[in-house]
Amino acid sequence: MRHIISLLLENEPGALSRVVGLFSQRNYNIESLTVAPTEDPTLSRLTLTTVGHDDVIEQITKNLNKLIEVVKLVNLSESAHIERELMLVKVKATGAQRAEVKRTTDIFRGQIVDVTSSVYTIQLAGTSDKLDSFIQAIGTASILETVRSGVTGIARGDKVLSV
Amino acid sequence: MELLSGAEMVVRSLRDEGVKYIYGYPGGALLHIYDALFKEPEVTHILVRHEQAATHMADGYARATGKAGVVLVTSGPGATNAITGIATAYMDSIPMVVLSGQVPSRMVGTDAFQETDMVGISRPIVKHSFIIKHPSEIPEVMKKAFYIAQSGRPGPVVVDIPKDMTNPAEKFEYSYPKKAKLRSYNPATRGHSGQIRKAVEMILAAKRPILYSGGGVIMGNASAQLTELAKLLNLPVTNTLMGLGAFPGGDRQFVGMLGMHGSYTANLAMHHSDVILAVGARFDDRVINGETAAKFCPNAKIIHIDIDPASISKTVKADIPIVGPVDSVLTEMVAILKEMGETPNKDTVGQWWKQIDEWRGEGRLFPYNEGDGSIIKPQAVIETLWEVTKGDAFVSSDVGQHQMFAAQYYRFNKPNRWINSGGLGTMGFGLPSAMGVKLNFPDDDVACVTGEGSIQMNIQELSTCLQYDLPVKIINLNNGALGMVRQWQDMQYSSRYSHSYMESLPDFVKLAESYGHVGMRITDLKDLKPKMEEAFALKNRLVFLDIAVDTSEHVYPMQIREGAMRDMWLSKTERT
Repeated sequence: MRHIISLLLENEPGALSRVVGLFSQRNYNIESLTVAPTEDPTLSRLTLTTVGHDDVIEQITKNLNKLIEVVKLVNLSESAHIERELMLVKVKATGAQRAEVKRTTDIFRGQIVDVTSSVYTIQLAGTSDKLDSFIQAIGTASILETVRSGVTGIARGDKVLSV
Repeated sequence: MELLSGAEMVVRSLRDEGVKYIYGYPGGALLHIYDALFKEPEVTHILVRHEQAATHMADGYARATGKAGVVLVTSGPGATNAITGIATAYMDSIPMVVLSGQVPSRMVGTDAFQETDMVGISRPIVKHSFIIKHPSEIPEVMKKAFYIAQSGRPGPVVVDIPKDMTNPAEKFEYSYPKKAKLRSYNPATRGHSGQIRKAVEMILAAKRPILYSGGGVIMGNASAQLTELAKLLNLPVTNTLMGLGAFPGGDRQFVGMLGMHGSYTANLAMHHSDVILAVGARFDDRVINGETAAKFCPNAKIIHIDIDPASISKTVKADIPIVGPVDSVLTEMVAILKEMGETPNKDTVGQWWKQIDEWRGEGRLFPYNEGDGSIIKPQAVIETLWEVTKGDAFVSSDVGQHQMFAAQYYRFNKPNRWINSGGLGTMGFGLPSAMGVKLNFPDDDVACVTGEGSIQMNIQELSTCLQYDLPVKIINLNNGALGMVRQWQDMQYSSRYSHSYMESLPDFVKLAESYGHVGMRITDLKDLKPKMEEAFALKNRLVFLDIAVDTSEHVYPMQIREGAMRDMWLSKTERT
């Protein structure tokens, strides 16, 4: 099963390499990873998605918690949460296609953020599934370039991940 | 407050941490530190002949005392030479602080002379690592390094020190912190009381319980508590390779080491048990006989006590997991047991022991064919060593058949006396680790059990032994072959001895003599004991005993891979 694991990490050089190194060292999977500083400049928030059986996920969280620089950790998939990923995609937009791409973008509640005579650059945010569906709807044949931020997320309700 | 340079701070921090000896080798990046060391009378530096030996010396000290050993190596090759020793310590959870020199910070990343990314290279084999960014950080980082290395599940910590951080011309205020402040590192200080009570109840209700303990009990300083609990419950006790000595090896309740080369009794008792109390052990593949636990102890419920949550339910699912320091958890178990005032049912326990005693039989725990009385069996060498040292020596070993024979036949009655590389299996570990022990325990007998293959991996340290007067006794089980490799080739490759023997062994007697030590060669069984006694009587001399042993001997029992605990070869022709 796919899990979204989110953690607070000391904002120090080398901390990220320890997290990434753990995954390759122990033969775990990383599907996506995103990291940036938080409102507290001493902390970074890192979110990663991984796939594995429950016992593997348990080992992943235990081993992440063992890293000295990991301050706190939550497996978002274990409770209600909001998941978001940002995608920028360049799409061929000529002739009849131009209107079609615009319509699909509207349906997915995306925005066209850059335009040339033959290309639209579309911005879309949502769950990874939604972004996948958009790519399918547009068709890979018309896509020139895709960039995705990787999944980030936050728990619903009062639950917070903080020091 | 005192003003000190970075180099002086490194050395002063060691002194304030109470470090007496450090093991190392100088080089360009370390020269400021070595100059500061020259002026510091409280910290004694031992100059090894190869950096790997420095790490093993520190490791030997750590295994014998539970305190972090300290290593000082220069940048580049000094650092990479230390890697094997750091990995050895990491795999066995041994506290160690490794200070590595680094090129000046402005040159980091330029492929400078003797530059290597030490923090990067060591990352998978350290508990944590630091790189010094400003000289004023040094005392705090040093305090954290020792705290992390020695607390929780211990392990090696690397502190990488760029040369400009130690510039003698730049001085900063120095004070050594009393405590390390780390918001994200809080190892468990006690176990969950509810879980502990459940565990006690489960053991009391068990029909065929067994206590399986590992290196965690040695490093967790919980041997006394373990023994008390085992006695109260009259439990059969088995130790892992790392855990030998935690429970007295000569005690009736001790059924021997378990696992790949464990005793028939221990492996059968494990297989047939209904409750396993695992303490400070990690269900290693060489213990559970395989990559998975599919056939492991099919009827057993597992209680698992460990300081490291990631060790619990890693390979074998625990029914009652208890995360906490083994000494405090075991103390609480004993207290609960006394408070309940219950003891296990005498009849049930009696039946279980009757079965175990049947498996154990009358003779040796590890039976072997004694041969014709002239050829020296390697097993007999270890038995003789035990007699000559009255079972009270520190024994280090290298890796291979001799290591298994030492584990099987030297019945350790005390913890911290058996010094061996269990997890990584590092050849070349034996001599330097014995040196680290001898330096710190000059009045005790220290023996290094080795083979002609392993000893040559760090034989240059005979020179260090002379310089610092380290009269260890080297027990070289010389069978002219890489015995364990050859054993596998016998058993699985139709005796095709691909590169498992050495054609041009040195004359070890002359070699020892050329380093200024005493060498003795033993080829006849009748000389074994007198010569060994003679060697140990030479208190102030290193003696290299080169002993010609039976070249065809195998280590038994040997578990049959991917089988159950009870599936073993018992000799070349018999199996369970």
